[in-house]
Amino acid sequence: MVVDSVWIKVEGSQVGAACDEAAAKLDNAGGEVVLDFSGVVRIDPGGLAALEKLAAKAKEKTAKVTLCGVHVDVYKVLKLVKLTTKFSFMG
Amino acid sequence: MQENVAPPSEERMAYLEGLVSQARTAAAVFTQYTQEDVDRIVKPMVIAGLEQAQHLARLAVEETKLGVLEDKALKNMVATEFVYNYVKDKRTVGTIHEYPERGIVEVAEPIGVIFSLTPITNPTATVLFKCIMAIKTRNAVIFSPHPGAWRCCQEAVRIMYETAVKNGAPEGVFTCLAEHTVEDNAYLMQHKDVRLIDATGGPGAVKAAYSSGKPALGVGAGNTPVYLEKTADLNMAVVDIITSKTFDNGTICASEQTVVIDDEIYDLALKKFADLGAHICDEKEAEILSRTVIDPETGFMNPMAIGQRAADIARVVGISVPRHTKLLVAPIQGVGPDHPLSVEKLFPVLAVYRAKCVEEALKVCVDVNHLGGLGHTAVIFSRNDAVIQKFGEVMNAGRIIVNSPGSIGALGGVYNDMVPTFSFGCGTGGGNSTMDNVNVYHYLNIKRVARRTQAHMWFRVPNQIYFNMNAVENLMQFPSRSTIIFTSQPLEQIGHADIVRRYLPPGTSVHVAVIPDAEPEAKVVMKGVETLSFYKADQIIALGGGSVIDAAKIMKLKYESPDADLEELAAPFLDIRKRVVQYPTEKVNHVRLIAISTTSGTGSEVTPFAVMTDKARGVKVTLADYSLTPDVAIVDPQFVMSMPKRLTVDTGVDCLTHALEAAVSIHASPYTDSNAMQAIRLAFRYLPIAYEHPQDEEARTMMHNAACIAALAFSNASVGVNHSLAHAFGARFGVPHGRAIALMLPHVIAYNASVPTKFMPSPNQRGFVAHKKYAMIADLLGLGGHTIEEKVQNLVAATERLLDRLGVPRSIAELGISKEEFEQALPDLIKVAFDDPSWRSNPRMPLQSELAKLFWSAYHGRSEPKEAAIQEVPAMEEVAVW
Repeated sequence: MVVDSVWIKVEGSQVGAACDEAAAKLDNAGGEVVLDFSGVVRIDPGGLAALEKLAAKAKEKTAKVTLCGVHVDVYKVLKLVKLTTKFSFMG
Repeated sequence: MQENVAPPSEERMAYLEGLVSQARTAAAVFTQYTQEDVDRIVKPMVIAGLEQAQHLARLAVEETKLGVLEDKALKNMVATEFVYNYVKDKRTVGTIHEYPERGIVEVAEPIGVIFSLTPITNPTATVLFKCIMAIKTRNAVIFSPHPGAWRCCQEAVRIMYETAVKNGAPEGVFTCLAEHTVEDNAYLMQHKDVRLIDATGGPGAVKAAYSSGKPALGVGAGNTPVYLEKTADLNMAVVDIITSKTFDNGTICASEQTVVIDDEIYDLALKKFADLGAHICDEKEAEILSRTVIDPETGFMNPMAIGQRAADIARVVGISVPRHTKLLVAPIQGVGPDHPLSVEKLFPVLAVYRAKCVEEALKVCVDVNHLGGLGHTAVIFSRNDAVIQKFGEVMNAGRIIVNSPGSIGALGGVYNDMVPTFSFGCGTGGGNSTMDNVNVYHYLNIKRVARRTQAHMWFRVPNQIYFNMNAVENLMQFPSRSTIIFTSQPLEQIGHADIVRRYLPPGTSVHVAVIPDAEPEAKVVMKGVETLSFYKADQIIALGGGSVIDAAKIMKLKYESPDADLEELAAPFLDIRKRVVQYPTEKVNHVRLIAISTTSGTGSEVTPFAVMTDKARGVKVTLADYSLTPDVAIVDPQFVMSMPKRLTVDTGVDCLTHALEAAVSIHASPYTDSNAMQAIRLAFRYLPIAYEHPQDEEARTMMHNAACIAALAFSNASVGVNHSLAHAFGARFGVPHGRAIALMLPHVIAYNASVPTKFMPSPNQRGFVAHKKYAMIADLLGLGGHTIEEKVQNLVAATERLLDRLGVPRSIAELGISKEEFEQALPDLIKVAFDDPSWRSNPRMPLQSELAKLFWSAYHGRSEPKEAAIQEVPAMEEVAVW
């Protein structure tokens, strides 16, 4: 089955904005929103809060959000705040 | 949940969850920071703390009504400047230490969320200190100050937090509970996201922290004894004690509590105290103090007195003293419940005790130390190093302060080079997890990245080996006053001893001692030692097989070191470099040992092993140490030309097995391989010839060399499971060693070449290589084969053919041992084989079930298909054996 997915490139310090954009597209994404995190080398509490919010919205809409290209340091932060269970990961 | 503490209300719980969540996020974000990032944050925090030192001190004094403004300001400065001086160049992020010579790298891992209790006595200084430590180590802290010091601590946290965040720290890195409740503390101590409790304070807080089941740094009360010894610099000592005990009105828990003064200087010391502003209490005043500043009900200090001025305390209890009195000095006559002033007093009241001698003084200090001060602090003033050392030995204290003030000395960095702290670990004596001055390293998980190291190996052989026909002539070059030739009766009778005697330098006094040609007994060894002593021997020639040479090795050991305890020296070991027992190095006699082998198998002439039987105790004693290796080995085939055929085979197969097992040993090295391979080549080629044509000089020579060369290999690489099996089987059924070895040999090769059920830890090798080693041997022997599997099969087959040609029994059944008898013996055989140390260098770790299988394979002999085992060898990629 072919599904349409929305691909959003996250700029280093714009995690919040990217999450907002992703949240807005959840309804129309068809199946999946992919956030490309390869440009994010450090995440701050604001970014984490935005991801938390996005995860909640995705759950509400039963939509899938995938983070791709997450740097291991950032991945460890997501692990510590227990966000890794709320997203899919790729690459 | 803490006992008897109700959970907080739902609203309160939501508030606490919010705090933890915020701290957890901050801690998580903090993990991404670099060393440079945190150092950039720490410095302005320290400056802010210094700038606000007086402000915070004032708040603390006003709120707590304890201590002295100036001293509290000083404490705040120590907690910032001195701590910074200690931590500023310390690495606390990423790699923090490297030990290249050990292949170890230490890497810092932050703890996460720390829940921190702070005390009333040093409130703001403790907060400043902990904030700096937390930022330096990338942790988040939730503070719960003592309820009596809430506002000043909140202010200290605020200053630190705002400065930290302004300089880049994650938001939420510090929080302070808005109010104090026991329920909040209990809830947070149990919270799953709180990773560490750092409780600085009274015994209650510390106990609660440790009772929570969480990792905790709980540091608390003390009771500092001071020994003022007669050699002390009295002027300095009295000033130091007053300085320390009055510092912040005695609120530092490391401050002096009871001063034990030598009788000789007691009166003078008290006069100096008085001269410098202390009030020396008379008996009645001391009695008043003991029932007022100490609570008669609890036996602990009266909280109302904590941190108060001496003059104020005196006024309250009704003792008349001048207004500027610094200290109340109260003589006591003992320590314990009957002497209330001997407990901790966090106010300027000091107990003093007159000691008649050093012994008594130390005992009284021990008593004080054990009266609530275990693990904390002890102080001594003395110029006598022996007394200082003894004091250090008998005091159970994390900080033993010498010739300096206790409180400021214990803080570290001012009077000594201890680590600056505001949290004193008291070790297990104080119920704490650490005895250190708590510092940044206690706020870190330190990970060790341990790279594989290459163990040092060795290749140790005798100094001199002379070989080939008539090598015995080389004896001429060894001058000796008195030489004893130990040999067996048959060898003596066929004239071997005479040949040896012929080549000794002129003037050598020679005595021939005949010993039994069997595993030497203790009494044989001791008789030999008597002979050596009687003739004052300076040279031993051991002429014989393994038994005679082994006996001579032990005789030499006992002659040179009569106190050597053979039983102790035979203690088991895993690694000869790390063994528990050490062979003697001091010698009362010196004797040269020349070994001349008359068999071609054991190689004892070059090995560091010797076996003897202690019949009195019914045990076999195996000695192993390179000091047992003969000084000179003579490998002269003329002494083996008349060796019987059976002995030729038994010793020859032993030689071949030594080499094969050394080659695949986990201790094998390129050095041992070169010898093992050569010995295998020689044995395969010349053993059948020596067996079939005993007078073939070349074959005899080569086999004699092969035995010695194989021994050079296994002396350094050891043997393997073949020997364990043979030792067990040979001993049980009385089968000669070489024959027992032969029964197992092909089966062991097939077994070792297969993928192990359990790999043997072998740091010196890159993976499992036994099958490749066997393949190399097959190539060396020209056995053909294209794959490793084929080559191993060809080696097994070639070994089978060799053993056939030598006419050795090829199965245990052939020896006439019934299946029932063997089956009955099997459990013991397995047990003995497993206890045998030889297999510990085998490339496969033998399971007991595998030992059983090997025994059965040997029982059935060739009827057991070996190909099945060999086929287990996987097609591994070609990687270097070395």
